[in-house]
Amino acid sequence: MSHLSERPAAPVVGRTLPHESASLHVSGAALYTDDLVGRTAGVLHAHPVQSPHAHARVTGLRLDKALEVPGVVRVLTAADVPGVNDAGVRHDEPLFPTEVMFHGHAVCWVLAETLEAARLGAAAVEVDYEPLPSLVTVREAIEAESFQGAQPVMVRGDVAAGLDRATRVFSGEIEFPGQEHFYLETHASIAQLDENGQVFIQSSTQHPSETQEIVAHVLGVPSHAVTVQCLRMGGGFGGKEMQPHGFAAVAALGAALTGRPVRLRLNRTQDITMTGKRHGFHASWRVGFDDEGRLQALDATLTSDGGWSLDLSEPVLARALCHVDNAYWIPDICIHGRIAKTNKTSQTAFRGFGGPQGMLVIEDILGRCAPRLGIDPAELRRRNFYTEGQTTPYGQEVRHPERMELTWQAVLDQADLAARSAAIAEFNRTHDDVKRGLALTPVKFGISFNLTAFNQAGALVHVYKDGSVLINHGGTEMGQGLHTKMLQVAATTLGVSLDRIRLAPTRTDKVPNTSATAASSGADLNGGAIKNACEQITQRLAEVAAARLGVPAASIRFRDGMALSSDPQEGNHADPAEPHGISWEDLVVAAYFERVQLFAAGYYRTEGLHWDSTIFQGHPFKYFAYGAAAAEVEVDGYTGAYRTRRVDIVHDVGDSLSPLIDIGQIEGGFVQGAGWLTLEDLRWDESDGPTRGRLATQAASTYKLPSFSEMPADFRVSLLEHAHEEGVVYGSKAVGEPPLMLAFSVREALRQAAAAFGAPGTSVHLDSPATPEAVYWAIEQARAGGDTSVIEHAADHASRPAVPRDGHRVDGHGNGRDGASVDGTGAGHASATRAHAIPTDLERGAYPATPPAQVKR
Amino acid sequence: MTATVNGQAQRLDVPAHTTALDWLRGQGLTGAKEGCAEGECGACSVLVARPDPAGGTRWTAINACLVPAAALDGQEVLTSEGLGTPDAFHPVQYEMAVRGGSQCGYCTPGFVCSMAAEYYRPGRVTAADRAGGDAELGEDGELGEDGELGENGFDLHALSGNLCRCTGYRPIRDAAYALGLPEEGDDLARRRTEPAPAPVSTRYATETGSYARATSLREAIDLLAEHRDAVLVAGSTDWAVEVNLRGARPPFVVGIDRVPELRELRIDADHIELGAALSLSEIEEGLAGRVPLLDQLFPQFASRLIRNAATIGGNLGTGSPIGDTPPVLLALESGVVLASAQGDREVPLSEYFTGYRESVRRPDELIRAVRIPLPLSPVTAFHKIAKRRFDDISSVAVGFALRVEDGIVTTARIGLGGVAATPIRATRTEAALEGRPFSREQVRAAAEVMRSEGTPMDDHRASAAYRSAMLGTALLRLHAEHLNREGNPA
Ligand SMILES: Cc1cc2nc3c(=O)[nH]c(=O)nc-3n(C[C@H](O)[C@H](O)[C@H](O)COP(=O)(O)OP(=O)(O)OC[C@H]3O[C@@H](n4cnc5c(N)ncnc54)[C@H](O)[C@@H]3O)c2cc1C
Ligand code: FES
Ligand code: FES
Repeated sequence: MSHLSERPAAPVVGRTLPHESASLHVSGAALYTDDLVGRTAGVLHAHPVQSPHAHARVTGLRLDKALEVPGVVRVLTAADVPGVNDAGVRHDEPLFPTEVMFHGHAVCWVLAETLEAARLGAAAVEVDYEPLPSLVTVREAIEAESFQGAQPVMVRGDVAAGLDRATRVFSGEIEFPGQEHFYLETHASIAQLDENGQVFIQSSTQHPSETQEIVAHVLGVPSHAVTVQCLRMGGGFGGKEMQPHGFAAVAALGAALTGRPVRLRLNRTQDITMTGKRHGFHASWRVGFDDEGRLQALDATLTSDGGWSLDLSEPVLARALCHVDNAYWIPDICIHGRIAKTNKTSQTAFRGFGGPQGMLVIEDILGRCAPRLGIDPAELRRRNFYTEGQTTPYGQEVRHPERMELTWQAVLDQADLAARSAAIAEFNRTHDDVKRGLALTPVKFGISFNLTAFNQAGALVHVYKDGSVLINHGGTEMGQGLHTKMLQVAATTLGVSLDRIRLAPTRTDKVPNTSATAASSGADLNGGAIKNACEQITQRLAEVAAARLGVPAASIRFRDGMALSSDPQEGNHADPAEPHGISWEDLVVAAYFERVQLFAAGYYRTEGLHWDSTIFQGHPFKYFAYGAAAAEVEVDGYTGAYRTRRVDIVHDVGDSLSPLIDIGQIEGGFVQGAGWLTLEDLRWDESDGPTRGRLATQAASTYKLPSFSEMPADFRVSLLEHAHEEGVVYGSKAVGEPPLMLAFSVREALRQAAAAFGAPGTSVHLDSPATPEAVYWAIEQARAGGDTSVIEHAADHASRPAVPRDGHRVDGHGNGRDGASVDGTGAGHASATRAHAIPTDLERGAYPATPPAQVKR
Repeated sequence: MTATVNGQAQRLDVPAHTTALDWLRGQGLTGAKEGCAEGECGACSVLVARPDPAGGTRWTAINACLVPAAALDGQEVLTSEGLGTPDAFHPVQYEMAVRGGSQCGYCTPGFVCSMAAEYYRPGRVTAADRAGGDAELGEDGELGEDGELGENGFDLHALSGNLCRCTGYRPIRDAAYALGLPEEGDDLARRRTEPAPAPVSTRYATETGSYARATSLREAIDLLAEHRDAVLVAGSTDWAVEVNLRGARPPFVVGIDRVPELRELRIDADHIELGAALSLSEIEEGLAGRVPLLDQLFPQFASRLIRNAATIGGNLGTGSPIGDTPPVLLALESGVVLASAQGDREVPLSEYFTGYRESVRRPDELIRAVRIPLPLSPVTAFHKIAKRRFDDISSVAVGFALRVEDGIVTTARIGLGGVAATPIRATRTEAALEGRPFSREQVRAAAEVMRSEGTPMDDHRASAAYRSAMLGTALLRLHAEHLNREGNPA
């Protein structure tokens, strides 16, 4: 067992503990960024002027009337920027644009004594726009060939040969929308200057270091002049990985120019209309199976809807490609990826980061093809699982594939699947107006940032003379329980109780150059760094203890607030009954007087990773997280309305660091995934009318999140047993993202329930999100004979490029989302495109504050 | 103006149009959060001391983002900070903390307040005390009517107006179901036995807007006559959205939610009269099942938080074509009682709406009450079609009230929402049903007629095609359910 993953006796990790801030949460005492406004004197409030066009040139900007509004102090525009007028790492996101790229794009910001004055001031700013043609849907962008960034190709084997070998070949298309993060706390920043002109920003950010870098380059100052702190976030989910930077920069610029604290908090509508979301995707595919349903080949083109700027679209696409296989061995495969450039918000990270989108493609294929193959969908899935020794299409060996099989079997048992499937068949036979479906889906999700460099972390651990401990690390807390786990890691490594340890808020002046708290990697990376820092200290303390106890330092163990000799036979004491150890407090005091350093900076980097994005090959992931879910739904044939009756999940979190936290992540991720797949409906105005490009669902009243009524009535989650993960902190595994994808089980159960309204063996297409309306049309489709949009091809010319047509609307009752058909890709063009060139001549302020921009994660 | 917050009197000195939420946060009570500013997320939930029918106090959870701060004048408010502290938890806070009920914690103070209101609900009865009460799954795993009711009598619908993006709700449900009954010596429980603060005749004027609370019908009518630009505000659940999201800043607001003449509930021999300023929750409790069709409506109408404030008069006052009470009240052939200096006049609801958000109500009139004639038709149903099961706005809403005698439909009244510029009666369908057998064939034919009622539109909630389809299937479903109830398999 590796040193990193080995657990000592009686560890604090693994204990079931509530969230470290739970008592502050429930009593309303926990502070979030915007709660600080009332505690800060003389604050100015910022309000944006938002574009009413999807795409337009700004030809005039007149501020006089705004400045006349009582209380307005200043209007921030491009002319005010001392450094670089850009909020992104790719230098394609002007902070104050001269060309607005989406409906709601902020042109400038008004600062005023009150939010009301700032709002009125913003309304009084006069902007002249020259409207320009816009692309709103991904299909429009494909037709116009409006793409941005890299167009990677992931190839293994010979997809044409694979399709020729296959005896059953199908082709089809799928298009599915993005998802709004809807963290309950909207974006917020408060910026202040200190007496030296240094900038201090409190920001709701998942990536304080990058917020710091962007603020520095906007202000044209070095990074050491900017400090970013994040107390905690009211949810992030990826939406605060890249998106906070520009808002923090506006606040910082305002503070720098006025000398007063500036608060920028988006209201919900501003947040939804201005910040990026999960990418929607379009995919066209051609798949081949053998007679037993074994996948032979997959040829697909995935086009993500990137919105107006690149943001994180390239790494999101990379992860989508790396997860098209999900848990399945596909011998010959060729996947093309591209990013549509559209006049929408700049789509960004969202829990799963492209993984869910890639997996949705294959799960949709299997769900639609299973009835055509005459194979039970769960059996079809299982039959295609990876086995030992197989590799992913990008060349990484699949570690622990047996865990997929184990979790699957565990879910079958836990959910009592056989008996319930029979009961459901009987229920469906005896009910005409209501049907049930029960579906199982697997998850295999790669853990680590795709980009190797981001897989590093730092921590700072202080032991004070009284024995109390203060820890600090580069990760941010957004509800995922990272801080709780980090406290447990520190307590375990130092062998002291949790009440001896305090964790201080995340700050860039404590731990520099941090990676985003993202990619589910927070506990792996920061846990490694904290453990490392604590071990530096225990090593030094062990010397002190060893000398006192007369034993070798190597035999000293830290546990229960004591430094103990692990071998009581050794040493020089006469009475074996005497406790062979020294208390933590005494040891710390002794060490201080011996002039032993009682603090340490810890560091961790994940070993063994490499990734070549140009050929799309490598070993990008430390390991895979596995899980399986079984969901049962009931669907009403009159309306398409449904209920999730029961969900069983078995998920692999390694040896859990904190079971209550991990189960919370699994349940919460699952419900959020189900929201994306079934309920949450981003509707953009795709008409040619005056509000083209406007998000029609821009408020909580129109964009509906799951509420308690969407929670599975019976929800059973268990953690895979005996799941120690070698080489990861205390044998644990990451948990933030993977469970979201367990929600495919709900979508597939809805598909099966809808299909049950038709003849046995009916295949249906289900629109995404599977709202009651979408389910209703799927039921009507089943009643009318099933899905005709998946085309089966005669085996002998299976590999010939064919254009899948979008014909799934059997009844003509479109929901307006199905535009013209788009060409799919043919087989055979397998040459890898080079990744987007790295810009070298970056326009900078006085100091180059950020490293050369590159593909992230 | 003053308000008592967490037991302490606080001066209420705010700019016009300030919400209670902003005021509380400005006072340093930052536990209540803004997640949406439109009543959807419940992060702003707080408790107010409201009168209950027995003359005591009901701790009532409401959305602080929707209440004008001025409306708190003379009132008593409790926030999460007032319920307990990290060192001395309230039972609700304890259960939420230890069961993983909070992750990011942003929604948590709001959940705690909504949960506390249900914790203190006097009618909450544990399963042991409930006749045949059983919150467990039935034999074939069927969730009974009690699926959303805990063993401890906790009604999960109390939380339907609170959103959590992190937890997936299971631990919150477990926390709610783990609660006991308030203990001896619980001050907040004892507070329920004393009267709630009486309404205050608030007059609050600032340069940017004024607020006046009417405490009698006469006063309300006079204020309306004096201030031609006055806006009436009852529960403020609709109006506040205009203020918060769309920048409405009326110069004069008249609060009518505590006017006694608008708060009467009377059951006479030939009709029921519901005061316009009664909240949906109060009507639900006051009618106690007397109008089954309304009982089908209540859980479908917004959330408990909203129903605690939203009034029936306000639902008609908005004139919205997608309000949920009009389809039901149309099916019940209700009348609207309008009051002015000239006295009352009653208008049939079917003649009340004249166009998109327009009605026959004159500027000097206000809605005093809604009248539902008796006896009620026995075959009734309310069907609400929406994306989310609870707390969503209707794409289509249908209210049915039929009388079937000897297998023949003698009267049919069908109210529709969401398929035209106003709520409408499905008169062609009514005609297709009346005088004919309530049989599968006749119902199918009538359903075809119903499909073509109104002029549904495509929007972000639903397509026109789906709306039409739902009209047709609503009638089929009504019929199937009727047969099932008669013990006559469909
Ligand atoms: C989150 C949320 C969910 C909602 N869900 C639903 C839902 O499911 N179904 C539904 O139907 N509605 C829903 N609504 C809308 C709203 O709650 C209802 O319309 C409610 O009944 C309005 O009542 P109120 O007392 O709050 O009205 P207010 O907001 O106080 O007033 C609304 C309008 O009516 C006028 N008005 C009020 N009282 C009178 C009176 N006595 N005489 C004349 N005019 C008057 C006011 O001047 C104002 O124009 C929802 C609102 C929110 C915020
Ligand atoms: S802030 Fe969302 S309901 Fe009040
Ligand atoms: S705990 Fe984050 S929104 Fe509920």
